[in-house]
Amino acid sequence: MSSIRLSQTAERPQRELQAYDPRELTPLVLGGHDFTSITDLVTDLALRKTPRMWYVAMAGALSLLSLLLVTVAYLLTAGVGVWGNNNAVSWGFPIVNFVFWVGIGHAGTLISAILFLLRQRWRTGINRFAEAMTIFAVCCAGIFPGLHVGRIWLAYWLAPYPNELAMWPQARSPLLWDVFAVGTYAAVSLMFWYMGMIPDLATLRDRARGRLAQMVYGILSLGWNGSSRHWVRFERAYLLLAALATPLVLSVHSVVSFDFATAQLPGWHTTIFPPYFVAGAVFGGFAMVLTLSIPAREWFGLRDLITPLHIENMAKVLLGTGLIVAYAYSVEFFTAWYSQQHYEQFVFLNRPLGPYWWAFWTMVCCNVIAPQSLWFPWIRKRVWAIFVVAIFVNIGMWFERFVIVVTSLSQDFLPGSWAMFTPTWVDLGMLAGSFGLFFTLFLLFCRFLPMVAIAEVKTVMPQAQTTRHQIKFDYQPSSDTPRELRRGSWFT
Amino acid sequence: MPTVTAISADQSPTAAAAGARPYAIIAEFGSVSEALKAAAQVRDADYLTWDVHSPIPIHHINHAMGLPPTIIPWITLGHGLAGMAFGLLLTWWINAITVPGLSPSVQGYEFLISGKPLFSLPANIPIIFETTVLFAAVGTLLAMLGLNKLPTLYNPLARSRRFLRATADRYLIVIEAEDKKFDLEETTAFLRSLNPTAVELVTE
Repeated sequence: MSSIRLSQTAERPQRELQAYDPRELTPLVLGGHDFTSITDLVTDLALRKTPRMWYVAMAGALSLLSLLLVTVAYLLTAGVGVWGNNNAVSWGFPIVNFVFWVGIGHAGTLISAILFLLRQRWRTGINRFAEAMTIFAVCCAGIFPGLHVGRIWLAYWLAPYPNELAMWPQARSPLLWDVFAVGTYAAVSLMFWYMGMIPDLATLRDRARGRLAQMVYGILSLGWNGSSRHWVRFERAYLLLAALATPLVLSVHSVVSFDFATAQLPGWHTTIFPPYFVAGAVFGGFAMVLTLSIPAREWFGLRDLITPLHIENMAKVLLGTGLIVAYAYSVEFFTAWYSQQHYEQFVFLNRPLGPYWWAFWTMVCCNVIAPQSLWFPWIRKRVWAIFVVAIFVNIGMWFERFVIVVTSLSQDFLPGSWAMFTPTWVDLGMLAGSFGLFFTLFLLFCRFLPMVAIAEVKTVMPQAQTTRHQIKFDYQPSSDTPRELRRGSWFT
Repeated sequence: MPTVTAISADQSPTAAAAGARPYAIIAEFGSVSEALKAAAQVRDADYLTWDVHSPIPIHHINHAMGLPPTIIPWITLGHGLAGMAFGLLLTWWINAITVPGLSPSVQGYEFLISGKPLFSLPANIPIIFETTVLFAAVGTLLAMLGLNKLPTLYNPLARSRRFLRATADRYLIVIEAEDKKFDLEETTAFLRSLNPTAVELVTE
């Protein structure tokens, strides 16, 4: 059975369609696996021999992480003057990196929560490490607002806590909304990720051979034993968390966009920012999921779980959100023209033609032109081609935030205030180093935690399918049935 | 053809000698449909202290076992409303009111910004929304863990190697000795009649 059969039906000649049975679901797990072999496949990554590529990738990630530590140490000792931020461009790389990483995190929540509500069964192959990607992306994002306050040891002043000065943060400020939104997002994503992992951690506990592994997985899995009474509550809680995470992810990146939209700056002060940012976040995030999952399926032997169908579906989401982003760009230009406001019009002429034209055109080529190749099956059926497009989109999405922040600030209302922005080695080092932190955490996750949602993948395998007719649903209690069984107790 | 092994004492070598008390009987099944059918039969036999252990959440298992719906959604709602109230109270207290005479640590502070109203619901909605979601999510997770009595520190069933496969690839029906209808011979014979692949006794 071909895993891409469904997408081939369009090209299939009519006479062959009779052989295609629409009652059969496209297999989401290849290779003729059963529950035993799937369990072996995924738990071996954590419990048995580590693949060699893990060490190679970890070496690269750790070197970038050390670059981050060096630049952060230098920043803390020398002050924020070591960044390229200046008087016109007072927000530079830190906020660009912050928005970039927070945006990447949103794809993980979309895959976990939104695709779950939409009953997309193919999400099970990728949702665990997409959620992990969210957690680590939010970690990387959080270091930038923390550092950019300068005296990071006073960052707790952002929180509303009683103090002797009767000093409270201003609840009207988007910067405080960010504190609540990103903090809530980090907490809820962590809870969702951890709760989903509990059954898989129990699987690891029950298959671990070493005492230390048994103890650690035993503690983390909280004594889970596969009880159906527990599963019923677990499933309900999972659904509720997915339903909560969906509006949350939409609100978080909207709040991040409010950092810009509530300002008066032309190029920032526009109502399109919330949907534009959210769509862009999903776009960039899916590109990062693809960037991670395509090597991971090769290096960790997960080609049967992350199938070409999964990759192609993600590529389609990439194409769809890329179209929304392209539309948003054109709406911005249209609005600037339609407004007949000369400041607004100047900003949007300055972006393609001004001193940062190279950043603008990189953004357009990477975000608008490159994803259009995904219309063509020749590209979409080739995993390596999708990987190339995903890399382009990652680059393009970073440049989008750069263009928004730097070009709008660099040349705003008064020409006498204009100033060019040049990143310093600390700016560039922190950007590269944040990737080091991200990949280090991600590789640690791959090595020690269940990389694929084992229980969820099993539920979409044929062995888990049952038909309603196999059990008797009309439950007629007899007269000497205890009261607890006649009608469910109200509290369970 | 399913095989039924003779009921065996658990793996502890001293249990049989000491005549240890039975804790539960495990019946193992290889497929989810068999497990579902068997669960319905156990339900109809009016057992109360029993469970089905599986590596996946079995679809319709709550019907097969006669489980009532869970109260968790109401707990989520309650926590969400509490979060909303907390957010409202917080944004109101820190920016919209000053009560004279209170200690400065807890004293609110009126922020008069460009003549805008002291409390503006649209401006405070982002924070109120986030606290609503945060409280609801925390409440959901804690309710699920609490009602499931997790973390469970000790489970006598875990000493059975067969039981450990419940998290991998087998479906196990476990009837505990605490059940009022439990009788070692009768319950064993009943479980055997469900055609499991194996039956095992676990002692304390």
